[in-house]
Amino acid sequence: MNDAIKIVVVGNGMVGHHYVEQLRQHCPAADITVLSGEPRLAYDRVHLSEFFAGKTADDLMLTSEAHYESLGVRFLCNAWVENIDRQSRQVWLTDGRHLVYDKLVLATGSYPFVPPIPGNDQPHCLVYRTIEDLESIQASAAQSRVGVVIGGGLLGLEAANALKQAGLEAHVVEFAPQLMAVQLDEGGGKLLREKIEALGVRVHTGKATERIVAGNQSRYRLEFKDGEALETDLVLFSAGIRPQDSLARQADLAVGERGGIVVNDRCQTSDPDIYAIGECALWQGRIFGLVAPGYQMARVAAGHLAAGDESFTGADMSTKLKLLGVEVGSIGDAHGRTEGALSYQYQNQPLGIYKKIVVDAKQKRLLGAVLVGDSSDYDTLLQYALNGIELPKYPESLILPSSSEKPGLGADALPMTATVCSCHNVSKGDIVSAIDEGACELAAVKSCTRASTGCGGCSALLKNMVDTELAKRGVEVKKDICEHFAFSRQELFHLVQVEKIRTFDELLNQHGQGLGCDICKPAVASILASNWNEFVLARAHVGLQDTNDTFLANMQKDGTYSVVPRVPGGEITPDKLIVIGQVAKKYRLYTKVTGGQRIDLFGARVEHLPEIWRELIDAGFETGHAYGKSLRTVKSCVGSTWCRYGVQDSVGTAIDIENRYKGLRSPHKIKMAVSGCTRECAEAQSKDVGVIATDKGWNLYVCGNGGMKPRHADLFAQDLDTDTLVRYIDRFLMFYVRTADRLQRTSVWLESLDGGLDYLKEVIIGDSLGLAGELEAQMQKVVGTYQCEWKTAISSEENLKRFRQFVNADKPDANIQFVEERGQWRPATAEEKNRLANSQAIPVRQLTNDTQSA
Amino acid sequence: MQWNSLCKISDLIDNSGVCAYLEEEEGTGRQLALFKLVLADGGQKLFAIDNWDPIGQANVLSRGIAGSIQGEPVVASPLYKQRFSLVTGRCLDDDSVRVPVYPVRLHEGAVQVANVQLAELEEAC
Repeated sequence: MNDAIKIVVVGNGMVGHHYVEQLRQHCPAADITVLSGEPRLAYDRVHLSEFFAGKTADDLMLTSEAHYESLGVRFLCNAWVENIDRQSRQVWLTDGRHLVYDKLVLATGSYPFVPPIPGNDQPHCLVYRTIEDLESIQASAAQSRVGVVIGGGLLGLEAANALKQAGLEAHVVEFAPQLMAVQLDEGGGKLLREKIEALGVRVHTGKATERIVAGNQSRYRLEFKDGEALETDLVLFSAGIRPQDSLARQADLAVGERGGIVVNDRCQTSDPDIYAIGECALWQGRIFGLVAPGYQMARVAAGHLAAGDESFTGADMSTKLKLLGVEVGSIGDAHGRTEGALSYQYQNQPLGIYKKIVVDAKQKRLLGAVLVGDSSDYDTLLQYALNGIELPKYPESLILPSSSEKPGLGADALPMTATVCSCHNVSKGDIVSAIDEGACELAAVKSCTRASTGCGGCSALLKNMVDTELAKRGVEVKKDICEHFAFSRQELFHLVQVEKIRTFDELLNQHGQGLGCDICKPAVASILASNWNEFVLARAHVGLQDTNDTFLANMQKDGTYSVVPRVPGGEITPDKLIVIGQVAKKYRLYTKVTGGQRIDLFGARVEHLPEIWRELIDAGFETGHAYGKSLRTVKSCVGSTWCRYGVQDSVGTAIDIENRYKGLRSPHKIKMAVSGCTRECAEAQSKDVGVIATDKGWNLYVCGNGGMKPRHADLFAQDLDTDTLVRYIDRFLMFYVRTADRLQRTSVWLESLDGGLDYLKEVIIGDSLGLAGELEAQMQKVVGTYQCEWKTAISSEENLKRFRQFVNADKPDANIQFVEERGQWRPATAEEKNRLANSQAIPVRQLTNDTQSA
Repeated sequence: MQWNSLCKISDLIDNSGVCAYLEEEEGTGRQLALFKLVLADGGQKLFAIDNWDPIGQANVLSRGIAGSIQGEPVVASPLYKQRFSLVTGRCLDDDSVRVPVYPVRLHEGAVQVANVQLAELEEAC
């Protein structure tokens, strides 16, 4: 090793660490020493604010001592360089040690700029850069009520989020008239401010802080130039960064007028044996304060040592991020400063969305963009901007919300030079050649190109690209459901149907391997049920079901279950309401009205479920399938029977539809609704199947969704008579059941269908596949074999054996405990259980098994 | 090692779990999740782990779906779906979590468990 090239890296931030990894690849024999000024090795500064969301310093680590040892990299922590002796090529540490180098790499990063405000050096005036800073903020926050961030840029808003998460009343003070003035235009900045204020962070723009003095109510008082003041207990400076270039100055390397170590395209400083990379480096008069350009510099510098010829050619400073939960994106020339630039804007005040694109004078190229409130167009826009792709005829279509007409930019449309992963600088060409060289699945492409292993922002684009390229080469893209079956759900469905397979074991023996798992078992159980509709608790099927299906009830966090009887269309007689009340009272269940117009009874112990159901069934109730991936409810408004505006009997139709499809097992849950007039009180357009009355019949809507990703349903057919309506729903549902992925709701399924809504209309209405008769027949079979699963369950002693806590003892689960709240029983918290164990008096629901006699 | 008979083999369900009570001292006991897996060759294997899900904080592991991951028998918690090895108790989705595993055998038609954690046994050896 003696004649190996000696490389000393000063600084072990994200960029310094990336350099070490790159260098080790390029020069396996190099003698590398890393000096970290911090007490620990490199960690993820980009996700620093997660420290306040419960992450620890360990979670944020990018490397470890063991990892560096395995790379054969020497390292010193808490090591500060005092000076560089370029003559003898040595660096001297503050503790007197010195190291000889052949090449020196400065990755010293930057330091937070603290404006020269009198009073800025007091104990609770802090900065936000290192883990030690965060620890100080945490300690200070513990003794504070109000916190102010000075600086309304990207980092400042991150810092405000941290203060909010630490439980403080958070303020942001910004000198400029708007937030994020570098990345956003006025409109974007204004909306961002509104959204952030709605989240409880107070924003003060156009404020110059003159001094920090002792406060009256709080620890400090910020006095502004305009005479106003703000009281706070904690001040956090986030007013920009300055390059850490003091070593370079001392060593007489060229530095910029306003700081930064001058580098060339190879990242060499004015001394060719010394490199500078990351935020300390100044390239063509610019500092790059983002991690991706820093990584690029690290690659260039490491490659240069190994005689590589890559150059640093500047970097795109576009960013997409979530600030306090608000989506923000900024691309290229966001302010439209290019000569002749024109812009298009879309603003949706009710939803809080602002989008702007900046294009060149000929409207052929995208120059920049601003997105606030919805950054879903970011990836597509960025590709247009970076690759100079010609804009569509109506560029505004790129940001307008009319989803069906938006021209998608598929992986195919991108040129080979397009950057897919900017963290690791992987182009489409790199990905294509990796595939040409034999990488034939996503994981292989990722590991040999490193694409999508940084921030992960490109993962969807990468997957799309790999799938497209593989498909072009005739490679079948793996859509295996799990390691036990090399088939997609749709293929498994087909196998079960064609080969008339009736059990999981049969399917596994003939087409699978291993024992199955919690992915494939419930999926196959659902497929078997959709085809043959056998009792889900039959011996061959019971082990396949999720616990909710096994116990025909919904497991809650404490291991108890909730019980939901079916209330078709939400119509219920007074007598049945009374029975629900009586059962709830007798078994001391918590009751809540659901969004699906029925009543959920919580807190049932597994051993009580059969008796609860016996009483409900005696009163005429049936199971509500709230536990299954199956039809849940058909919600309805009161309709023409009562309502002055109703034009059809929505309740009657809802009841008929619910009774028709109850018990149908499907890839995911299905919700429906029927509205009696165009006022749409049943909210049918947010359901998988929505029916709205017209004066001529029914309009059918499909593939709507509420929940996590709301989707407005699409109008599928108009003015149908009731028979046709039911036939279309039969076909639609069965086509979904046959072709969707596991756990794929109709909304996502539709978006994944080639040809989308028009294709679906052709299949269901136009019968383009000649399937309509078969789909209807299959649905008729399911409808004809319906059984109330609870009725079947309680009719056999064998089935009931599952419904006990212990196979060998008649005891309850002692961990299940309840306390009273608002006149009902709810699960005791861990702390309440402790108090109960120490027999401190709080009202408790009896734990004994004698509820029947209660 | 003392073996406790908990139930008959016929009380177990193929490829599924049940919960059994193992009395320790008068009035106190432990909840065990017992599984019977039928292997590809038709043979069967018994497993006993604690019923307590340390992540979901409830006695529910016996009600999870049993199966295998890369050949290792596992159960997936019915609450948050983390998978636990039935052999070692290790959580496949979180290295820092492990549930106790107990020796179990079939003896004259009875399922028997020893109240000693396998990890302790291994350490003792």
